[in-house]
Amino acid sequence: MIALADCNNFYASCERVFNPALKNKALIVLSNNDGCVIARSNESKAIGIQMGEPVFKARKLIEKNNVTVFSTNFALYGDMSKRVMSLLSNMSPDIEIYSIDEAFMDFSGIKNYLRLGLEMRDVVLKHTGIPISVGIAKTKTLAKVANHFAKRHTKKDIYILDSESKISSVLKLMPVSKIWGIGSQYAKMLNSYGVKSASDFILLDEGWVLKKMTIAGLKMQRELKGEPCISLDTSPSRKKSICTSRSFGVKVTQLQVLKESISSHAARCAEKLRLEQGCARYVSVIIKTNPFSELDGYYHGYKTMNFNTPTNDTMDIVGAAETLLKSIYKKGFIYKKSGVIIGDIIPQNQIQLNMFDVDQNKAKRDSLNSAVDFINKAIGKDTVYIGSQGIAREWQLKREKLSPCYTTKWNDLLTVRC
Amino acid sequence: MSSEFKKEQIIFYSIEDESLKKLHIYESGVSAGFPSPADDYLDVDLNLHKYLVKHPTATFFIIAKGHSMEKAGISDSDLLVVDKSLEPKNKDIVVAIVNGEFTVKRYLISRGSICLKAEGLSNDYPDINITDSIEFEVWGVVTHTIHNNR
Repeated sequence: MIALADCNNFYASCERVFNPALKNKALIVLSNNDGCVIARSNESKAIGIQMGEPVFKARKLIEKNNVTVFSTNFALYGDMSKRVMSLLSNMSPDIEIYSIDEAFMDFSGIKNYLRLGLEMRDVVLKHTGIPISVGIAKTKTLAKVANHFAKRHTKKDIYILDSESKISSVLKLMPVSKIWGIGSQYAKMLNSYGVKSASDFILLDEGWVLKKMTIAGLKMQRELKGEPCISLDTSPSRKKSICTSRSFGVKVTQLQVLKESISSHAARCAEKLRLEQGCARYVSVIIKTNPFSELDGYYHGYKTMNFNTPTNDTMDIVGAAETLLKSIYKKGFIYKKSGVIIGDIIPQNQIQLNMFDVDQNKAKRDSLNSAVDFINKAIGKDTVYIGSQGIAREWQLKREKLSPCYTTKWNDLLTVRC
Repeated sequence: MSSEFKKEQIIFYSIEDESLKKLHIYESGVSAGFPSPADDYLDVDLNLHKYLVKHPTATFFIIAKGHSMEKAGISDSDLLVVDKSLEPKNKDIVVAIVNGEFTVKRYLISRGSICLKAEGLSNDYPDINITDSIEFEVWGVVTHTIHNNR
């Protein structure tokens, strides 16, 4: 059996741990740049604030109901996630950390699913203050279904899908759009054929599913029928690509400002890459304008460049990204977002040197990068950076409602009156 | 000359960064002179964090503000090490939530009734007797107080 532990309203719950006054109150967390609603407490869901909704659309509801609003605080959520995952790993040897707030666990060999599930829920809540739900079933996809059901229809936040009759009645309640891996496009397509619930979906002919939804769709269908097709991935593979992108906090039109943002993203990518001990074969740059603004016109620029030899050198990657940016930049647009992707990552000890690429400076560059990483880790992010990243960085995102980094910064520790 | 070359084998090693990091540098260095007689007795560093933090997943650092716990050794701006995983015992110092607000007090329990006792130098700080009308919860147990003496 597979168990899925999922933190309830994770970002909202993290904020609540340090703000007891917000217990039973409506609160929401906004995406990067304070754009959209990305987490809601149950109370915010109840008053009708939608997931993913732009915050300006929810403004009336927020004001009327006195909803507390937070910007994303990934330092806090990351630290709380680490605590939750560490506790779950201690209780279950085979664990796949699937996202910041979800983990699949292998429950085979466990005698009493309910007891272990309840213990997980209690220990995580006691240690961290974060409530979790646990769904237990034969396959990963069904464990997702069980978890979805546990959150909505149980008091103890735990549900075990262990009989055919339970499975068939729960699948009837599950809209196809909520099935793990079925995106909104597939959901629309299925709806147009009259397939509304997960139980409609499993009745479809396998050949039809394969044709319409590829092998991934067929796997989903078989998993829902109780046939394991997606195994537990307990050793996270090396990342294939790394992406850093951000929306701007202000309107950006000039190349110089874009260049600062692209340099910063590229430098950040290079830093992440070195942390993974990998080297990338290519770098891509994206810039785009606001797709919702009809007045300004829409432009979306994207270009990729290959390195002669895979690299993780900040200056190589920043240099390439800047060249790409110059070739896709168009004057007269108001840019909303920029991003850098590096990809085709291979372990740095497996690089084959290109015969034309004899870089005398490679050893020096490597030690320089190590030194920069060391300083930034010891003293703080961006203590040393490349000049082209800019100093003022006025384009940086808005996080006006940022809560303190209670668990990761000395100056931000929780203060309590006594 | 050529036969000598043939005898030699060339082996490529893939160097893992991890193994390099594990190399230890001797404290006294390897320069000329006598090695330090203490090298044989090198022990692990005393790790204060490990001493103070028994449950890393449940431990939070909190700054105390105010004077209601001076007699208990907690001064304004002291750093409290708080363990959320511990069940409070009688006479523990706890971080509690009282009607939605944090407070630090001595936890006293006798015959089922709970009192949060203030321990200030003056009597200006009232105790809080927990009644049914008070929303109350222990957030964590204060295991250590770090005080800066300068």
